[in-house]
Amino acid sequence: MRYAYYPGCSLHATAREYDQSTREVCGALGIELVEIPDWGCCGATSAHSTSHLLSVALPARNLALAGSMGLDITVPCAACYQRLRYAQIELEQNEAVREKVARVTGTAYDSKVDVKSLLEVVVGLAPETLKSKIVRPLDALKAVCYYGCLLVRPPRVTGFDDPEDPQIMDNLLRTCGAGVLDWGYKTECCGASMGISNEEVTLKLVRDILRVAEKAGADCLVTACPLCQNNLDSRQTHVNRAFGASFEIPVLYFTQLIGLALGIEPGRLGFNSHFVPTDKILKLIT
Amino acid sequence: MPRIGVFVCWCGSNIGGVIDCPKLATDAVNLPGVVYSTEYKYMCSEPGQNSIIQAIRDHRLDRVVVASCSPRLHEETFRKTLARAGLNPYLLEMANIREHCTWVHNKEPEKAQAKSLALVSRAVAKANLLEPLFPSSIPMTKRCLVIGGGIAGIQTALDVADAGHEVILVEREPTIGGNMVKLDKTFPTLDCSACISTPKMVAVSTHPNITLYTYSEVAGVDGYIGNFEVTIRCKVSYVDHTKCTGCGDCQAKCPTKVSNEFNLGLDTRKAIYIPFPQAVPNKPVIDAANCRYFTTGKCKICQKICAAGAIDYEQQETIITEKVGAIVVATGYQLFDWAAAYGEYGYGRFPDVVTGMHFERLVNAAGPTGGKILRPSDQTEPKTVVFVKCVGSRDPAKGKEYCSRACCMYTAKHAHQVLEKVPGAKVYIFYIDVRTPGKAYEEFYQRTISDGAVYVRGRVSKIYQLGDKLVVRGSDTLLGRPVEVEADMVVLASAMVSSGGIEDVARMVSVQVDKDGWLQEAHPKLRPVETHTGGVFLAGTCQGPKDIPDTVAQASAAASKVSGLLFREELATDPMISTVNQAICTGCGLCVPVCPYQAVELKTITERIPGHAPRERTVASVNSGLCQGCGACNVACRPGAIQVKGFSNDELVAEVDAICL
Repeated sequence: MRYAYYPGCSLHATAREYDQSTREVCGALGIELVEIPDWGCCGATSAHSTSHLLSVALPARNLALAGSMGLDITVPCAACYQRLRYAQIELEQNEAVREKVARVTGTAYDSKVDVKSLLEVVVGLAPETLKSKIVRPLDALKAVCYYGCLLVRPPRVTGFDDPEDPQIMDNLLRTCGAGVLDWGYKTECCGASMGISNEEVTLKLVRDILRVAEKAGADCLVTACPLCQNNLDSRQTHVNRAFGASFEIPVLYFTQLIGLALGIEPGRLGFNSHFVPTDKILKLIT
Repeated sequence: MPRIGVFVCWCGSNIGGVIDCPKLATDAVNLPGVVYSTEYKYMCSEPGQNSIIQAIRDHRLDRVVVASCSPRLHEETFRKTLARAGLNPYLLEMANIREHCTWVHNKEPEKAQAKSLALVSRAVAKANLLEPLFPSSIPMTKRCLVIGGGIAGIQTALDVADAGHEVILVEREPTIGGNMVKLDKTFPTLDCSACISTPKMVAVSTHPNITLYTYSEVAGVDGYIGNFEVTIRCKVSYVDHTKCTGCGDCQAKCPTKVSNEFNLGLDTRKAIYIPFPQAVPNKPVIDAANCRYFTTGKCKICQKICAAGAIDYEQQETIITEKVGAIVVATGYQLFDWAAAYGEYGYGRFPDVVTGMHFERLVNAAGPTGGKILRPSDQTEPKTVVFVKCVGSRDPAKGKEYCSRACCMYTAKHAHQVLEKVPGAKVYIFYIDVRTPGKAYEEFYQRTISDGAVYVRGRVSKIYQLGDKLVVRGSDTLLGRPVEVEADMVVLASAMVSSGGIEDVARMVSVQVDKDGWLQEAHPKLRPVETHTGGVFLAGTCQGPKDIPDTVAQASAAASKVSGLLFREELATDPMISTVNQAICTGCGLCVPVCPYQAVELKTITERIPGHAPRERTVASVNSGLCQGCGACNVACRPGAIQVKGFSNDELVAEVDAICL
């Protein structure tokens, strides 16, 4: 199984551990990732809040690059995934946009490339593939899965899971043996890029998420989005200072936990590059 | 040559304010066949009608054209006017220059004037060809079927029976009573629902004119107004109700417990059960799907314990046929399945998020908690209760577009009950609008506010569990900010939707289902309990959401319509129905499947032509009791043998010519 791999800017910078763990886990599960040569920005919030054309044209170029590789794309980052999917749908349904984009990118859209989130790709494996390779079940771990606002929304764009009560990550971690807890904040907003322009707003939102996770009895939060992870992990000390709280909840990528279950050495999964120490998680899984 | 009179109505300013009615009347005189033409402010009023009668006499008119409103409104009125003048009432033709012209073209009076004249020309062209029509008569079976034994069906059955007619009441559940008997107190007077409905249930079971079939379903309806033949399927109860004394020993000793649907799953019942202590009939049925004997082959405890020997595991389903003259559909409502639609409220996985009907059972002295408000998860008394209105109502994205009408009031009642029964309780009600259109309703709502209920105007966007609390997040659109309430229990006012199986009932009695799934009445204002199928009436919430007072009023209205019908010895039929010219009918049978009322059938006739031996031939035949004059057969008929009286092909072509040529 081969995929064109679109890491997006985060996975080469703040979310290196997501990139590392993705490559490790995919390697172990027989998913071959071929990084798209000369991939460019997905446009992110900046593009779609300023220019509709730009927000479609930037992902369209990446779709075209993958097309020339003859491979479907897989995207670990929730925001990149959503932008690429959105562009794909827009190009398929809106002829005027399709023509404009072809003009500015110099490549006509051909609809052969499919865009899948990394979660979908892992879940799409035969059920036994993952199960049979688990050597260190996550039995002792109690986790809450945090999907954030983009991964399963809007359903007309993403469409692979329930927008109100998604289950895909929960089930994946249950397969790895983890005790996955039900909680009410699966799809709340983490503040996203407001962390840069208005930290006050983000701190409150992060505080609420951490509070509900703690109350649910979670040892860790699990995400599939680099921005969510960054906000929840790096801002915990700010939150504690601002609200007089004492949160210390590790925030992990689902790939890191699958990697642990597959017996991959924690250092190769980026467990050492978190703001909130991850030792207590590693102690639980041995 | 016919002598046609044209009567133009102003309808006050509805028509007269847009077009020049005197000019229209003057122009109409020049149309072929017209010998007299006039106009008047209100043609339907007494002086207006009298002027028509006078003109018929003075000018020896034999056809009348009235240019006014829709024939749906006043065709009957003017037909009676013609009859009073001694003319056959079907020599009337109406030109609808109000709904079809001045109402929609009121900004373009000149064009409206021209269109009005075109519409009048059409009517005159048809009037030239009108023939007198005569109704025939069919006999009347003086019995009535009522489908559904909720409060609507009960009230209809009692009223019709009290008027002296026989009633067959069919209910699919083991007891009558419907939704109302599950309720606790009823707004706005707070009288106990059981105290006012159970006596009526007893009255049904003891009334000499009522035959009650519970645990039974209507399986088929044949025939037509005055002469329906109804097939009723009596489900197997495995208890011989003629022997059973209703002692309840079987229920006490039965070893199998299953979720109790009467209490919406809040407690359990046995596999042999009487739904609730005041059930009518007060006799048990066996739920074979859960009975230990039927599932494992061993047990028979109920049979051993029954002193009357009433338990019969070999009992078979029975089919009964009954002849009736009228049918009342009173199949009621059920609650919208919010759990399937509202993920943001938890898809039903939080036990303390319940519906208003659950709350009714929780607060009911005969309910699973003995009337103590206890939340389902841990049986503790909730101190903070949030009510969410319009769950599935007024929400086309997830539920229904319409307002369910009863929820504002029952939520006010629930809030009042929480504040009354739970000391120090806090109650928050999220709402879009508060609608209290009913006698003493607004006063009740104001009383709930003064009791201390906090009304928050805004929708709830999310409910989630946080420890043992439910966090309800919504917006307060008056404050303009989001709000969160930590609640112990949340009660959803879920929408009313028509009860399951309504499509089957609708098909059997040939009544339309509207876009929202309710049964379609003949006219929303003027014929609210009748349907477009003769002899079939509607009562209660099968026609649309209603509270109890409106349901009972409508049930009595249906009963009075039925009684009026059943008092007749025979029935005049509408003569504007299909007729077959058997001489040119080829017997192809295309008209049979297109008829929505099963009114056309093929029959064999013996044809006698002088000089030839008699020969047999198949031709179409129309049942005048069933035919509603829709004309579908007319369109399907290739040789033109079927015509609708009053809408013959010649008449229709003349109308088209008058407008188009």
